[in-house]
Amino acid sequence: MNNMKITVKDLNLYYGDFQALKNINIDIEERKITALIGPSGCGKSTFIKTLNRMNDLIEGVKIDGNVMLDGEDIYKDVDVIKLRKRVGMVFQKPNPFPMSVYDNVAYGPRSHGVKKKSILDEIVEKSLRSAAIWDEAKDRLKKNALGFSGGQQQRLCIARALAVEPEVLLMDEPTSALDPIATGRIEELTEDLKKEYTIVIVTHSMQQAGRISDKTAFFLLGDLIEMGDTKKIFSNPDDKRTEDYITGRFG
Amino acid sequence: MKKRNLSDNFMKLFIILSSIITLGTMIWILIYVISNGIAHVSWEFLTEFQEGQIEGGIFPYIISTLYIIFITILIATPIGIFSAIYLVEYAKPGKIVRIIRFATESLAGIPSIVFGLFGLIFFVTMLGFRWSMLSGALTLSIMVLPTVVRTTEESLKAVPNIYREGSLGLGASKLRTIRKVILPSALPGILTAVILSIGRIIGETAAVFLTAGTAKALPKSIMDGGRTLSVHMYYLAKEGISMDKAYATATVLILVVIVINFIANKLASRLNKKNS
Repeated sequence: MNNMKITVKDLNLYYGDFQALKNINIDIEERKITALIGPSGCGKSTFIKTLNRMNDLIEGVKIDGNVMLDGEDIYKDVDVIKLRKRVGMVFQKPNPFPMSVYDNVAYGPRSHGVKKKSILDEIVEKSLRSAAIWDEAKDRLKKNALGFSGGQQQRLCIARALAVEPEVLLMDEPTSALDPIATGRIEELTEDLKKEYTIVIVTHSMQQAGRISDKTAFFLLGDLIEMGDTKKIFSNPDDKRTEDYITGRFG
Repeated sequence: MKKRNLSDNFMKLFIILSSIITLGTMIWILIYVISNGIAHVSWEFLTEFQEGQIEGGIFPYIISTLYIIFITILIATPIGIFSAIYLVEYAKPGKIVRIIRFATESLAGIPSIVFGLFGLIFFVTMLGFRWSMLSGALTLSIMVLPTVVRTTEESLKAVPNIYREGSLGLGASKLRTIRKVILPSALPGILTAVILSIGRIIGETAAVFLTAGTAKALPKSIMDGGRTLSVHMYYLAKEGISMDKAYATATVLILVVIVINFIANKLASRLNKKNS
């Protein structure tokens, strides 16, 4: 039996009167990559944002059900700041802050009270190495992060997320704004990262889900249609709709 | 095809003409004022003054002007910035925000003499601050507050939401997000707010002479009255005391504005460079 990092039970989410997620039940395995796929507007991005409560920022969102992280309900038992330290996020568009590379990576640890220069130096180097951008960044630590290319910026954002030592890494279409080469590098990176982190990734690209994920969940119109081993979902799905989507009949 | 070309050319001509008129009037006024005034600007004119002598130099008025600018900015900027932060980052869109917006917009449209009368009754008389730098600065603070709030609001709104998400997503608190990410990005816009305010303060006469008075002395404390350059100019011209001196004062005023704008621009571009 594998370890479940996150367990979602009967999750419903409403934007005002519109129900965006309907009765979702998902178990997310520790140190595996779980891909969320489905056509636009299916609720996959909404769902991933419930896992670190980024939906709290949106006006008029109502949530019921349970999201358990290591057995604790993140909407009841866990302080949101501590939650986001444990569950980091990488966004669709690379969003480094307009400050130096070093300050970007050190931002998270500093927010959580790390002040000592030597410790910060160590964290910054370690995070940049883990995100496979140390070689490009080491001579430009004091330079503004916005001078990096899109792909470098996204890896920098991954480094920034890793710097607070999260347990789970959420990635919301992290390569949708990148070219194929930059995408390839991020995909390689996720392979390395899953040794230490539990990864949940939303992706528009089924090839990407097939390449990198261990588990795949297919969403459609707010419902979770099917979830299982990626190999099985792609070769022999249980549900007709999953098959239709994967073979490209819609979406 | 030919018709299109004709109307294109006409449009172009109109645009160029408009630019020439705008720029031309401005340059013409500047040249006119400075050419009439520069001959009367001397070292003595800038530095000398005799107590109670309107014919002398304008040194105390320069100091009064800078004094009032400084205190007003000191009062109005923090209040304005904090209100803008509340409106953009904290307030839930709804009735209260609409009321505050409506109030600030109305405030911006009120003629300055009304602020002057209010200041005269409230600060000068009721609170007993007399005609002083303090009364003047408080009155002007209320007057420039809408500008500061609106301009800061716009610059805060222009900060991309992905910065907020990025910071909050790392587990940073809202306050830290505002202090470390949002405010630095909005700083050039906030600086614009300050520059605009300084412009309004320098140009103001009605609200100033009703609250800071027209004393011809150097203000030694915040409770002393004094006259700003604009007020002085108004008196020189209105009372027909000396048109030469009025132009000379105007020249100095223009130079002060140019210098302040220059410094602010330099500051803004330096901040920009640091940020991008």
